Amino acid sequence: MSDDVKILTARWGKKDSHTLASYRADGGYAALEKALSMPPAAIVDEVKASNLRGRGGAGFATGMKWTFLPKDVRPRYLCVNADESEPGTFKDRYIIANDPHMLIEGIAIACFALDIHLAYIYIRGEFPRQAAVLEGALAEARAAGIIGKRLYGKADFDLEIHVHRGAGAYICGEESALMESLEGKKGYPRLKPPFPAVVGLWGKPTIINNVETLANVPWIVKNGGAAFAALGTGKSGGTRLFGVSGNVKRPGIYEKPVHYNLKKLIMEDCGGTASGRPIQAVIPGGSSSPVLRGDEIDVSLEFDAIKAAGTMSGSGGVIVMDDSVCMVRVLSRVAKFYAEESCGQCTPCREGTPWMEALCEKIEGGHGVPGDADKLLDMANHIGGFTICALGDAASMPVQSFVKKFKADFERHIAEHRCPHGEAAWGVSQDSRDAVIGGMRS
Amino acid sequence: MPGDWKDLPKDLVARFDTLLAPVLQRYPPDRKEAAMLPALRLGQELFGYASPAVQGLCADRLGTSAARAEEVATFYVMFHTHPNGRHLVEVCTNVSCCLAGAERMVRDLRKRLGLGEGGTTADGRITLREVECLGSCGTAPAILLDEKEMIERVTPEKLAKLVEGLP
Ligand SMILES: Cc1cc2nc3c(=O)[nH]c(=O)nc-3n(C[C@H](O)[C@H](O)[C@H](O)COP(=O)(O)O)c2cc1C
Ligand code: SF4
Ligand code: FES
Repeated sequence: MSDDVKILTARWGKKDSHTLASYRADGGYAALEKALSMPPAAIVDEVKASNLRGRGGAGFATGMKWTFLPKDVRPRYLCVNADESEPGTFKDRYIIANDPHMLIEGIAIACFALDIHLAYIYIRGEFPRQAAVLEGALAEARAAGIIGKRLYGKADFDLEIHVHRGAGAYICGEESALMESLEGKKGYPRLKPPFPAVVGLWGKPTIINNVETLANVPWIVKNGGAAFAALGTGKSGGTRLFGVSGNVKRPGIYEKPVHYNLKKLIMEDCGGTASGRPIQAVIPGGSSSPVLRGDEIDVSLEFDAIKAAGTMSGSGGVIVMDDSVCMVRVLSRVAKFYAEESCGQCTPCREGTPWMEALCEKIEGGHGVPGDADKLLDMANHIGGFTICALGDAASMPVQSFVKKFKADFERHIAEHRCPHGEAAWGVSQDSRDAVIGGMRS
Repeated sequence: MPGDWKDLPKDLVARFDTLLAPVLQRYPPDRKEAAMLPALRLGQELFGYASPAVQGLCADRLGTSAARAEEVATFYVMFHTHPNGRHLVEVCTNVSCCLAGAERMVRDLRKRLGLGEGGTTADGRITLREVECLGSCGTAPAILLDEKEMIERVTPEKLAKLVEGLP
């Protein structure tokens, strides 16, 4: 299968690609029209056959999630997750800025298939410009009669879609916290089960999907689930947006088949490291995914394949570090993030994340004592799996993997009573390069 | 009593109500409380910051308790329960931005602005904050200005010019 099939990025960078006129000129909303002529259950079957898996982080099969809605409870809601806050992740904002109608079409098809009449797009507060593009596109769709009282101007089906802006809280990307936030409360994750498909927004059955997940739906309806599945491999279909950042020559968004090779992505597409130095480490799927050493990156990014390699492709955010970077410094910063963002509901997470941050900083500053690296591991092992939501695991996995894979670095800090990198802990290639998203609407 | 929303300027309260009305349309009629985030954002824009009085106003209009409004106002980093400087410069210092030089940039900026640990310049012109990932890692380093404008591929020179140009 060709590596060059473009589903999500096909229209990026085109003049006025975000407008309804431009989307229509490229055949937009034909998939919605087709969907309206299908029995709703047949749409769900196509999505199942497509092997579309959630692009928000967990990689859960989308079609299967949709079948979890209880048969007779109404109303049902759809929440679109545009919170995009996992460090290293920066893809959904480009879908929204460059092709908002593709997302709206995907939402409309999903709602028709699932008998949902009210959908919210929860977008992080730090994206005011993207929120405005969405509002504009929704207004266009409303004015054109695509959404509103009669779906696509004819179906006996009403649909309203609204934007709901967050206000700065990573935890609100977690699905149950997102719903709490949408209800006007602080973002405290809920205990699961019950899962949102059964008890969700305002206690009603709710489907929650990532922006990129839903943006694939029009293509699937137009071309059939089998065609989408054929772009991928095994139980994962289609293409994905990989966002590469850090020490690479050409950072940016790359649309590739789901099973694309990580090393190829970094070395060929991104041109390798900017400094020309060897790759020391790669975080393959957002900052919570376990880190890989430079000699471990010859792996498929497909959900199950990369899981077998001990990590995950999570949100598709790839962070590359060359050999000039202090790995203890990086872990300190990652640990600080999770300590900052813990909502504070569960003791292991609330207490454990700042401890891990403090211990990382202590080691980094040269004040560690022998045994501290193991202590760090021990802390991490007592958080992941013992909390209400997966932030506990997200905080633990980097610690466990960094300590295991870069133990020598930690021990050197302890033995030398200093950071061997000193002032240059963040490495040598501290310049800002031209990203390949340069020409797109951002 | 201090912090009572009834002491807020009447004309601004009227404006708040006018702007809040269409926002309320987005939620089911019996779920007004869902508008707490947009209401606090609106109040913050109109009255300067999410003071106890603003929290009280939001609670009153959404039919909920002031305690609930306060809980929300203090949970999210984009709500400010105390006034900031005239401009808010938020620099991302998460991993991808630091790999592109963000930490050093913040250190230099602190020096340039004469900021110690505190966040606001003596003349009240600028509040500087280090923030978590802004979702601009591919175009790092990134800055959010006044919670409105994302500035990407920031260089020390670009940052110095930006900061000097702020009124
Ligand atoms: C701490 C935490 C943060 C998350 N942040 C996001 C996010 O920013 N965006 C997102 O789409 N999913 C995020 N997720 C995953 C969501 O909980 C959920 O699985 C996802 O939105 C489902 O959509 P999908 O099946 O289409 O991927 C996060 C999960 C956790 C535990
Ligand atoms: S694991 Fe952390 S973030 Fe999740 S609910 Fe518990 S305290 Fe909150
Ligand atoms: S790390 Fe700075 S924007 Fe993501």
